Amino acid sequence: MSILVNKETRVVGQGITGRAGSKHALNNIAYGSNYVAAVTPGKGGQTFDDKLPVFNSVREAVEKEGANTSVVFVPPPFAADGILEAIDAGIELIVCITEGIPIKDMAMVRTALDKSNSRLIGPNCPGVMTPGECNIGIMPGYIAQPGKVGVVSRSGTLTYEAVYQLTVLGHGQSTCVGIGGDPINGTSHTDVLKLFNEDPETEAIIMIGEIGGDAEETAAAYVKEYVNKPVAAFIAGTTAPPGRRMGHAGAIVSGNSGSAETKIAALKDAGIAVAPTPSDIATTLLSVYQP
Amino acid sequence: MGIVNPCTMNIHEYQAKALFRQFGVATETGVAIQDLAEIDQAIKNLPEGIVVVKSQIHAGGRGKGTFTDGYQGGVKLAKSSDEVKEIASKMLGNTLVTKQTGAAGREVKTLYLTEGCEIEKEYYLAILMERKFSAPVFIASQEGGMDIEEVAEATPEKITQVVVDPALGLQAYHKRLVGFALGLEGHLFKQLMKMLDGLYNMFMEKDCSMVEINPLVTTKNGQLLALDAKVNFEDNALFRHEDILALRDLGEEDPKEIEASKYGLSYIALDGNIACLVNGAGLAMATMDIIKHFGGEPANFLDVGGGANTEQVTEAFRIILTDPKVEGILVNIFGGIMSCKTIAEGIVEAAKQVEIKVPLVVRLEGNEVAEGKAYLEQSGIALTPADSLSDAAEKIVKIVQG
Repeated sequence: MSILVNKETRVVGQGITGRAGSKHALNNIAYGSNYVAAVTPGKGGQTFDDKLPVFNSVREAVEKEGANTSVVFVPPPFAADGILEAIDAGIELIVCITEGIPIKDMAMVRTALDKSNSRLIGPNCPGVMTPGECNIGIMPGYIAQPGKVGVVSRSGTLTYEAVYQLTVLGHGQSTCVGIGGDPINGTSHTDVLKLFNEDPETEAIIMIGEIGGDAEETAAAYVKEYVNKPVAAFIAGTTAPPGRRMGHAGAIVSGNSGSAETKIAALKDAGIAVAPTPSDIATTLLSVYQP
Repeated sequence: MGIVNPCTMNIHEYQAKALFRQFGVATETGVAIQDLAEIDQAIKNLPEGIVVVKSQIHAGGRGKGTFTDGYQGGVKLAKSSDEVKEIASKMLGNTLVTKQTGAAGREVKTLYLTEGCEIEKEYYLAILMERKFSAPVFIASQEGGMDIEEVAEATPEKITQVVVDPALGLQAYHKRLVGFALGLEGHLFKQLMKMLDGLYNMFMEKDCSMVEINPLVTTKNGQLLALDAKVNFEDNALFRHEDILALRDLGEEDPKEIEASKYGLSYIALDGNIACLVNGAGLAMATMDIIKHFGGEPANFLDVGGGANTEQVTEAFRIILTDPKVEGILVNIFGGIMSCKTIAEGIVEAAKQVEIKVPLVVRLEGNEVAEGKAYLEQSGIALTPADSLSDAAEKIVKIVQG
């Protein structure tokens, strides 16, 4: 089993008729992901890849093709609108790859999400992949293989690094989830840890975080209280210069949390094995997990 | 991600106050000048009395700063027109060093002349987008004019936060909460209600990431005024604000960072001597970390983005090599969907164009990695290939440290 996506997932691609989106959607389809429709307003009635129907609205893709999951490749000025449309159409899982969505737009999306049953992964994320079944987004499929380790990360290439290390050592993954690095996102580390914890086929978990915010500390508290599966983690940014951007007022609300040291201390306190370098992520997990 | 996102654009105080007036946020009368020839006209436009002469640079601590020629203070009071002129002639074109500018300081190209006002009491007021609430939050404190981080540390009970649901908008009770937190009454309370409307509208309409007023003051003649203004805008939203983009002062930004952003690169200079060139923000931070882990010091953060094409890699090398501290370069690319061979070709081409004279260690991983490595080895350019990220970091640290 797996979390979030599998063979049954019926994917609608929003904004996949554009250049970048189409390349990735075709890769996903070649991987075996079950794309059932594309949505590009104004292009309704056309086909994508000679077989996928293109609709003007997500609502139509749900009504006519039974789409239950959407992947958003819509450019930043219009991406939040695309997510809101998917929420309105009752899409259960929305995966937004788009990087650079204005934070105000995401604050509005957050409010709409809270009132709906939809789950958003991202934005600014590499996507979600259940190896051998469904790959939605921009993750390279060949780095993964089916297995029992769940991987969740804020960073794209660092996810690939961890997944590939596991695969090279002969350990597959149940599902790989990139939650994205934006300050306001749909799904947190803790949300995904909860799903992995409840998934009987996931035996161990890798969590990759980075400096900023307090999502990793919250996740550590969750692991300490609820998770009995082995967990390994890596936090990027130990050497990053402290808070260049948000200025004084930003630092007040977050208090002292947000530094790599605070995060690593919280993770260790929760019994999580912390990888000393990004090269040791898989081996660190295997030091606490014997399949 | 993290340190690279959200990035923000700063503006000068005089520009921020012009925006304040546009949105009905009360502030003192002021005139900006770029040339001493404008000073007589500027003084005429100010009310009689004390004038404050303020250096306009994007850095805090101006009042306590020192100019490179020894002149003290980037913000000064003047009691007469002659004194205004004397101070202005010393500041304009001079270079001001504050605790935030670094030793090089910043050239003062604009002065802001404002009416002096008699302060009754100082307050702190800010609005910013806070990730914890996924919403804008007002921050208010009666401890104005202080370092607000120190207030938050020592006496957190003296700071009030009021979160505004952006879909709901600013409600009267939000404003009352801020007003009572500041302890304002009567007509000052009423002035604050109007100011908060203006601040919130400006924050949302212009996609600000932060508006900070420190100090907000009440004056002896019963006015509530924003005496300082720090306004940041979110980079991601600048595409829909041409008026704000026009306020950008490139002279206040690191030229290397500006150059990098033209090519879709994120670059942040650091103090070490080992440069890195990486695809992806998380991996770029992790690469800095592993250099440090093996005893080296990273010279920069550099994310070439997911694609890492030849043009980007070439520009990245150029930018890295303008830093004279760089004694070695570590390239770390996880190929993802792109073939490592394509990336290897890009690196070799870029290395040829830029003529890299410092040691170069390249670690490629991912799609068609064997072909990529073979291409690097046959390329004839001087580089050390590495098998893993730790191997790469160890090698570059060893080479640079000799």
